[in-house]
Amino acid sequence: MATFAIRRALWLLVVLFAISVLVFLIFFATPGVDPARQMAGRNPSAETIKNIKHEFGLDRALPIRYGLMMKHMFISRDLISYGSHTRVIPEILSATPVTLSLVFGAAVIWVIFSILTGVGAAVFRGTVIDPILMILALIGISIPVFWLGEVVNLVTQSRLHDFFLFSWVPPLGYTPLTQDPLMWFEQLVFPWLTLSVLYIGFYARVLRANLIETENEDYIRTARAKGLSERRVLLRHTLRTSMITFVSLFGLDFGILVGGGALLTEVVFGLPGVGLLTYNSLTALDLPVIMTTVIYGAFFITLANALVDLLYAWLDPRVRPA
Amino acid sequence: MAVFEPEAEGIVLDAEETGGDIAGRSPWALAGRRLVRNKLALAALALFVLIVAVSFAAPVYSKHVANTDPFESNISGTVTIDGKTEPVLQQGGGKLGLGETPIGPTWHSHYLLGADNQGRDVAARVLYGGRASLEIGLGSALLASLVAVVFGLVAGFFGGVTDTGISRLMDLIWAFPVYLLAISLATVLLTAPNGLNLGIFNVSASSLWIPLVIIGVIYVPYVFRPIRGQVLSLRQREFVEAAIAQGASNFRLIFREILPNVASTVIVLLPLMIATTILTESALSYLSIGVQAPKASWGTIIEDGQALLYTRPTVAIAPGVMIVLTVLALNVLGDGLRDALDPRSKVRVK
Repeated sequence: MATFAIRRALWLLVVLFAISVLVFLIFFATPGVDPARQMAGRNPSAETIKNIKHEFGLDRALPIRYGLMMKHMFISRDLISYGSHTRVIPEILSATPVTLSLVFGAAVIWVIFSILTGVGAAVFRGTVIDPILMILALIGISIPVFWLGEVVNLVTQSRLHDFFLFSWVPPLGYTPLTQDPLMWFEQLVFPWLTLSVLYIGFYARVLRANLIETENEDYIRTARAKGLSERRVLLRHTLRTSMITFVSLFGLDFGILVGGGALLTEVVFGLPGVGLLTYNSLTALDLPVIMTTVIYGAFFITLANALVDLLYAWLDPRVRPA
Repeated sequence: MAVFEPEAEGIVLDAEETGGDIAGRSPWALAGRRLVRNKLALAALALFVLIVAVSFAAPVYSKHVANTDPFESNISGTVTIDGKTEPVLQQGGGKLGLGETPIGPTWHSHYLLGADNQGRDVAARVLYGGRASLEIGLGSALLASLVAVVFGLVAGFFGGVTDTGISRLMDLIWAFPVYLLAISLATVLLTAPNGLNLGIFNVSASSLWIPLVIIGVIYVPYVFRPIRGQVLSLRQREFVEAAIAQGASNFRLIFREILPNVASTVIVLLPLMIATTILTESALSYLSIGVQAPKASWGTIIEDGQALLYTRPTVAIAPGVMIVLTVLALNVLGDGLRDALDPRSKVRVK
């Protein structure tokens, strides 16, 4: 386990370095693109461009430029958005709780409902319930999340807003949990549901396939042979084994969503998280913000992946490679 | 005389098939037979073909049925329905009675699904948008598969340093979050003032090639991983050893012995890849970093429709319905192909 952990940590460092180099090359060394002009936002003054050239050492060698970028990003943390003239990193940190609220809530919903759907389909295999659940799951993974969000808004904010079922839905936006917990909850209910639809469908399909595969294992037959009830076999033996894949997938997806994957949901529901910040800087072409959210997001996801791998190896000794 | 044992031949049987049923048939014929029996998958295939055909007929529709140019704004135009002439952009109509609202669905050949806020025919735009979305979806899925197959064959066949190098590169792309990679590439490429200048090529910022290549590159590892794994195990099989013993060249081994055996994996993955690339394209276009004006795709039309969501919801809903139908058809088809070619479903994609 220790060697595995060390090797995984070394690979993590390589990946982090490679990602930062890749982002650097994309933003600072794409042929035919002037990075200073791009960083400066719309209609920059000649002075701004000169400042940027100096800040990032654009007239110096590539490795020095890379070092300067990393210094601004992680050590002095003083990157400035040339669009809004604010510091980028504090802005990102203050947007993080919104993204975390969105992803945590959606994760709770998708875990509960995907287990119910997946187990339900596997238990009722051979009846009409299984194909119905699986078609619903397939529809769930085929709907673009931003479009679903628009349809949800259309129904709950406009067309059926006066209907008693949706009359409680507050206008789009975000209220911090510490300020008004009820409002926080009410504004997030539909974003949570919308974001979780894709994952419910996907996890239910994976879980059902895993359950059916595990069903054929010898130890399940043994468990039945020694007279355990069907329910106990399912909960203590079949489901438990199948959850290993589930847990590792969950870790990866959770990391991806917090690291920037919840972008589309935040945009369509106007939630001022990291994703909406990235989107607003995309439309304003505010490159320092985009660059920072991309690097911070990618680093977070990579760290989460490494953590999941370690956890997975700890749970299931078979995957520890020699 | 030896009894025919399908399992020993490496042939996997479907639950309802017995040894006698399949004797003398090739694996492809068996797969074809299973697919034809799967009515749901056939219906999905038909639906997908229909959507492709209709989308590629977009110029015909807009010229001969709708009689408009869906890329030309028509702000002061009028449309005649049942003898009544109405302006395309109507005064008021919003809750406050301010501004202009485009005409809603007429359910006639002109402005079948209404107009967007520049007075352009939404139905014709959805068809043109579908053409762009499908071109990018199909193109990037094919690009990703092609690159992945080449890399997978080379890495799995030669092993050693070659394998380590290619696999680590793929791991890196895999580790880089999809949307973040696409966002960084797209922002830089799309903001370049004169487009991307690559020596002899000059790619304009509105070219469909930019999103196509970006999406294609991102998804290479998703196909590479299963292919490489399969090539690694095929490399050890007796028929490959036999071919080596007969003095076959590497070229022959790779293309005549190994490639036909990974073909079924590629075929199973392809519809699922197209579904994924179409969803990715629509998301990038919705974020305004995919297809660029003047071109349109389903994603850009949904973005256009967002401002009109509460007054003219068809603008955003119509392209979304097309995406859902297309992706659903591809997913059902992919499941059907997997069941047909690989009943034990060894191939899985995320």
